[in-house]
Amino acid sequence: MPFEILADAPTSDVGFSASGATLDECFRAAAEATTSVMVGDLASVRPQLRRETVIERDALDMLLVAFLDEIVFYKDAESLFLLPQSVKVSQFEGGWKVEAHWVGEPIDPQFHMLSGDVKAVTLHRLRVWESDNGWHATVVLDV
Amino acid sequence: MPASDRPRSNLRQKATQTAAATWEIAPDAKKGMRVPARIYATPQLLAEMDDGVFEQVTNVAMLPGIVDHAFCMPDGHWGYGFPIGGLAAMDPEHGVISPGGIGFDINCGMRLVRTNLTYADVRDRIHELVDALYKRVPAGVGARGFLKLSDEEFRQVALHGARWCVEHGYGWPEDLANTEEGGAIRGADPDKVSARALDRGRSQVGTLGSGNHYLEIQIVKPEDVYDQHAAQVLGLTTANQVVIMFHCGSRGFGHQIASDYVQTFASLMQKKFGIELPDRDLACAPFRSPEGQAYFAAMKCAINMSFANRQVILHRVREVFSDVLQRDARELGLEMVYDVCHNTAKLEEHEVGGRRRQLLVHRKGATRAFAAGMADVPARCHEIGQPVIIGGSMETGSYLLRGVASGKQAFFTTAHGSGRTMSRNAAKRQFRGKDLERDLARRGIYVRAVSYAGLAEEAGAAYKDIDAVVAATAAAGLSQPVARFTPIGNVKG
Repeated sequence: MPFEILADAPTSDVGFSASGATLDECFRAAAEATTSVMVGDLASVRPQLRRETVIERDALDMLLVAFLDEIVFYKDAESLFLLPQSVKVSQFEGGWKVEAHWVGEPIDPQFHMLSGDVKAVTLHRLRVWESDNGWHATVVLDV
Repeated sequence: MPASDRPRSNLRQKATQTAAATWEIAPDAKKGMRVPARIYATPQLLAEMDDGVFEQVTNVAMLPGIVDHAFCMPDGHWGYGFPIGGLAAMDPEHGVISPGGIGFDINCGMRLVRTNLTYADVRDRIHELVDALYKRVPAGVGARGFLKLSDEEFRQVALHGARWCVEHGYGWPEDLANTEEGGAIRGADPDKVSARALDRGRSQVGTLGSGNHYLEIQIVKPEDVYDQHAAQVLGLTTANQVVIMFHCGSRGFGHQIASDYVQTFASLMQKKFGIELPDRDLACAPFRSPEGQAYFAAMKCAINMSFANRQVILHRVREVFSDVLQRDARELGLEMVYDVCHNTAKLEEHEVGGRRRQLLVHRKGATRAFAAGMADVPARCHEIGQPVIIGGSMETGSYLLRGVASGKQAFFTTAHGSGRTMSRNAAKRQFRGKDLERDLARRGIYVRAVSYAGLAEEAGAAYKDIDAVVAATAAAGLSQPVARFTPIGNVKG
């Protein structure tokens, strides 16, 4: 499982850890974890429309926050559930960049099993790090 | 997650009791504390608090410009940055403003509405009423309200809050007098709000949200009235009277404003302002800096949007009761008791060390509780104090309280709810939404929930004992209970 819900997040929030062999995979796992907090079954989100994201930030962890914030934004602004189709994280002089393609569909309470509503991606215990077996992140969502 | 990252705290042992339901941690308990920390709790509530609360309230004591104490209310639980139940007053000239001291759900709050109805009048209609409320007050992830607002109209909502709603036919003029800040705080500036936040919030006026947000039909049993006089003044006059209570906030609009400024402040805090703190979720900016002022003006837009949200929901509630019971809402006596905020920062005047001064009071999961005679207390409550509404879990009931003079010790602030003791994840593992729904039905509470998983997270056993929380606020001298409400119908996101 590329992501795992943490048992010890703050009581009113939901935390997760995400991993991947590459940074791209780690970001993708974090995105899936975020959407999974809102919809019971990720497989129920059908690829009916596309959205694109290009974001730059000075720091890698803040890039992850801004990247995940896209899911939260589209959930409210356009009532969409999105999943990452392709994620490319790259480093440039003085910062980090993520380019992502999302696929998803309008939220349908009759069809999707709705779960929590993510209010925000917090900085609480936020961490992105590399180890011998790939990239890892911990994130706490305010729900 | 490495085990070393888990919060462990020896600060719990350093809390000493200084008065009834009052505990203090001295500033030498942790390096960097500028003032003592004070936690209001009974011994049992204190024992139930997570270690995170002790770490966080002492972290708050490190914020530049903090005055008097860093406080935590009896419903306090582990949040991000500040504990939920946190209170901190800052010197506006030398202190900071911190979005983490307000919460992502800016002006999350409670609204209480009385009726001329009794339990006998609605007992056989409760399914009809709850089903109609469920249909007319959208809840859950992705829900959109019935108001279709243009960009300009939404900016007007951000500027004028509930006043905009009443002017456009969604409410009665007297609703405003019974709302904190008259339903519209001055100084909001939509130009300080990002396009993303405006996009997230525009379609959400009149929606309940999810998580711990709810709309309830409740009754006041005669044995649950503790202050007959105050109850009379506030319109609770009949045995088993029906009231309506709801809990919601500024939805995605406030969440995005908080997110935007937390991220900005986090990147500037050290680099530009030279502020070092142990937790990035305490991200802050000097209140008088352009960034601090921008957040203050943007945050006020979310305060106003939230007042508007609760005002439009009240309008829908009146429509539903009127339609289902075939009587006019005025005739049904659907009058507001009060509307309180519990996630805000506001400039207020308080006395500190014998001197009156202006303070920036952060309340995160904490309710303003002004005493009798203070300005900003509605005229009809002048001799009883400001009404305070504390929501319990959907199973256990809720309270109406009033502010008291001894609340001065905590800048006239009290608790906001029952406070979680169990994480959402743990509650979801332990309870099943469908079982809970059946169990509640057996106990005479009819629930309509968008999500069974969400329902399970809100099980009563996941929360502190609301009676203990209210008793602790009374013992500590923060607020006095007026009446307790028992739920009979509930709409949940």
